[in-house]
Amino acid sequence: MLLNQFLLLSAVLFAIGVYGVLARRNGVLVLMSIELILNAVNLNLVAFGAFRETVGGEVFALFVIAVAAAEVGVGLAMVLLLYRNRRSIDLTQIDQLRG
Amino acid sequence: MTELFTIAASTDGGGLALGITEGGNWFLRNVWLIPLLPALSFVGILFFGKRMPRGGSELGVASLGIAFLLAVVTGAAWVDHRDDYHGEEVYRAVVVHDAHADAHADDHGGGHGHPSLAVHRTATWFQTNGVEFTVGTLVDGPAVMMLLVVTLVSLLVHVYSTDYVHGDRRYTHFFAFLSLFSASMLLLVVSENTLQLLCAWELVGVCSFVLIGHWWEEKPNSDAALKAFLTNRVGDMGLLVGVTVLFFAVGSALPDRFGSFSIAETNALASSGALSHTTLLIASCCLMAAVMSKSGQFFLHTWLPDAMAGPTPVSALIHAATMVVAGVFMIARMYGVFFEGFQIDGSSINLMAFIGGLTTIVGACLAFVQRDIKKVLAYSTISQLGYMVMALGVGAWTAAMFHLFTHAFFKACLFLGSGSVSHAVHSFDMKSDMGGLRKHMPHTYRTFMIGTVALAGLPPLAGFWSKDEILVGTGGWGLLGGTGGNGAYTLMLGMGMLTAALTAAYMTRCVYLTFFGEFRGHGQPHESGPRITVPLWILAGLAVVAGFMNLPKGFQMAPGSFQERFGHFVEPVAGYFPAISHGTPSWSLAVVSTLVVVGGIAAAGWYYFVKVEAASKTAGTSLTELPDGPTTKYPLARMGHTLLANKYYLDHLYNGVVVDGTKGPVARFAYRINQQVIDRTVDLVGETAVKAGVTVYEKVDQLVVDGAVNASGSASSATGEELRKINSGKVQSYAAILFAAATVLAGVLIVIV
Amino acid sequence: MSVLAALEGMDRLSGGEVLIAQNVAFGVLALAMVAAALRMVTTRNVVHAALYLVVVLAGVAGMFILLGAEFVGVTQVLVYIGAIVVLFLFGIMLTKGSFGEDDGVTGERRLVAGLVGLLVFGVMAAALVESFEDAELSRSGPSTTAELADSIFSDYIVPFEAVSVLLLAALIGAIVVARRD
Repeated sequence: MLLNQFLLLSAVLFAIGVYGVLARRNGVLVLMSIELILNAVNLNLVAFGAFRETVGGEVFALFVIAVAAAEVGVGLAMVLLLYRNRRSIDLTQIDQLRG
Repeated sequence: MTELFTIAASTDGGGLALGITEGGNWFLRNVWLIPLLPALSFVGILFFGKRMPRGGSELGVASLGIAFLLAVVTGAAWVDHRDDYHGEEVYRAVVVHDAHADAHADDHGGGHGHPSLAVHRTATWFQTNGVEFTVGTLVDGPAVMMLLVVTLVSLLVHVYSTDYVHGDRRYTHFFAFLSLFSASMLLLVVSENTLQLLCAWELVGVCSFVLIGHWWEEKPNSDAALKAFLTNRVGDMGLLVGVTVLFFAVGSALPDRFGSFSIAETNALASSGALSHTTLLIASCCLMAAVMSKSGQFFLHTWLPDAMAGPTPVSALIHAATMVVAGVFMIARMYGVFFEGFQIDGSSINLMAFIGGLTTIVGACLAFVQRDIKKVLAYSTISQLGYMVMALGVGAWTAAMFHLFTHAFFKACLFLGSGSVSHAVHSFDMKSDMGGLRKHMPHTYRTFMIGTVALAGLPPLAGFWSKDEILVGTGGWGLLGGTGGNGAYTLMLGMGMLTAALTAAYMTRCVYLTFFGEFRGHGQPHESGPRITVPLWILAGLAVVAGFMNLPKGFQMAPGSFQERFGHFVEPVAGYFPAISHGTPSWSLAVVSTLVVVGGIAAAGWYYFVKVEAASKTAGTSLTELPDGPTTKYPLARMGHTLLANKYYLDHLYNGVVVDGTKGPVARFAYRINQQVIDRTVDLVGETAVKAGVTVYEKVDQLVVDGAVNASGSASSATGEELRKINSGKVQSYAAILFAAATVLAGVLIVIV
Repeated sequence: MSVLAALEGMDRLSGGEVLIAQNVAFGVLALAMVAAALRMVTTRNVVHAALYLVVVLAGVAGMFILLGAEFVGVTQVLVYIGAIVVLFLFGIMLTKGSFGEDDGVTGERRLVAGLVGLLVFGVMAAALVESFEDAELSRSGPSTTAELADSIFSDYIVPFEAVSVLLLAALIGAIVVARRD
């Protein structure tokens, strides 16, 4: 197997994740797209770990999984707060930073 | 010297080179149980305290009670352990006879009768990249002494608090943090390495912060907590840097090691001369910064009086008897480093002795102008801590530890006494709300008097013996036969004498204002309950007898076996402790220092008990000072008073000069950048555009058709509209720009590299 | 007996270094993943999006096993599919009514997002192809869980502790943020 086939798959997933983050209006879906990006990163880490024959890649993939769990927890809490305050989780309606 | 260094390297920190053993009594090996108990109590109170019938306080008292019993048993075990050891005079030689002694230790199995002394246990905490970090206990004289003092004072304060904070809305929370504090402090004193010590050091700092701000609803209290925390931060940086410097210094001295946090190893290497003097001096100065903040040394002492905003038991436990001596204890622990770093042996002045001496006078002077009884005691604490640091600075290690020991009892007694008084009159203000309390509060009055006499240092109470030993240790008493010691620190002797007089005088003032004259407050003060007075009496009793633990050598009124018991058991006899020389006690010095104290008492007594009392009679009210006292008569005295009342303007210096000095310019600078650079640029662009427009209008418009101008105008407006959209406030459009920009930059990088 | 070993057995039957079985497995999984990922970011139904996410996550788990990282693969299934997706479904249910079925994507946004996505992919792909053109993965067999555990608790102990503190902080943070008071 080539290293690049995994890396390119990861790049595809990453790009799709970026598209999702930028295009979707639903807060939950944006979070899901971020998960896609994180998974792409994980795939990269494990592939490079196998390539360099070290367990370091796997260890850090595990760390990323833990961090992702934390991120989803806090992210969803924020989305819920948003929903409770505005009855909407449409990110396009949140523009109080407008200059 | 080199031999010690090689042995230390070869035996890998354990064994003989350091004079430490892993054998010893069960209690000495399992001393970690003592900090664990209050730690468990903290967790227990936090989770279940509210549901307990007494709000969790019973858990705290019980855990501290057991911890105290364990500490007593440990102390007894230590006495045995110490008496089993007979190699006192040759312990330095033992360090060198490694192979022989090692075989000797094996023969005896487990090190019983082993010539090395401190009981050392470690476990691996974590390791990373081959460097092992350990936790463990190093039990020697000072550690055992501190275990006893901390558990005892803490237990008494716990009992006292059940009455004092009774009915407080955060009663449970209070006891939880009192327990956590005890646990951290106990962890600190048994720490085997500097990293562990650092963690415990920070933990006690956090507890101090939480407990000072116990009544955080009032702004001054939370301000005081913040001030304490931030001031300590300044010193903690010193500790962090100092510990790191020592870690790598030890690593560079031991070829097969990356570094070491071990206190025993660091000290042994420092004493052996394997570490360079410059390194040790840098490390000592850094650690000294930590001592100055934690132990309230001049000029980082300003947080300590403010810390009195916390509940009185906290002041007694944390800000007088235990936590603030953490700095002193740290010097005592790392004495090998300081001894070499500051070259205490044989000189006549060094940074530590000077700071200590200065602090002791500065603090004592400030105590004269306070109205708040707790603040008098707080400045007195600063002054006494200065005494201890000064003693360590002049090489009187044992005297410093002994003073720490006695001070813990009488200062805790005084603080708890002041709490008892404030409990009765609902105020801390001596001038407006106290006076004449000796009739209303006999127990508090008597214990407070005992504490005062002990603090002032009149024989035969505790303070006299320890203070006298420090004065002896300065080695500056040359009048009738020198006292020897580690050098001729005559200046420190003078500072100590002056402080002795000042201490006697301000305590006389404090006692007069609180307990004599007529009651100036409102209502009817009444004596506190037994849960307050019993701890007071216990502490007062200890303040009387604690001094007898270290009767000076050659003191004819006691048999030889009672002389220097404290020094015998507490001073480490191990390879990691430097070779200090002890001063010879001097009768003439003891007599003179007592006369100085009596003089201080007489001067203040004459002012208050004679003149103020007489003035009160003529005025018909209870006065607190003479209407035409020295401050009104002499401008110099008035200036001095103003200087003291403003605490030497140190707070003004810190807030006005340092804080505003950095905050103001930074803010102004940012503002100026904003106003002049950014706005000016915008204005400039605008003006240029206008000018250009005018030029264009005048020159070009006349020549070129209007259409071209209109086109460029609408084009720029369209560009503006487009750019305005970027600043839409929508997260996702920002994210799009971010991703695009990052990718473009990455692409550029790829192309270039 | 690991999946990888089983696949290697098949490979030995086919008799070549090309690892046909693995490559076939990779192709199938990759296709499914890309298709599911695309559907996930385009579907109008939020619940369907979550289910497509499950397919992608399972695919990544399969890839981990192909790469010999069995423990990470199992963790991926347990944590991601078992916990995180369920969390997402809760999030969708608790915010229901906000969108209903329709999460319309306007044309302009789709264009910008698509362009940025393509740009990201383009740059990454160019860099990867240039750097690791024909780099072969070594075939050292799967790494054992014991190895992984040893490594975490010795070499990587500090990041491990940091992650545990982070998890605690996130736990408290999530409670504080979402609490009704």
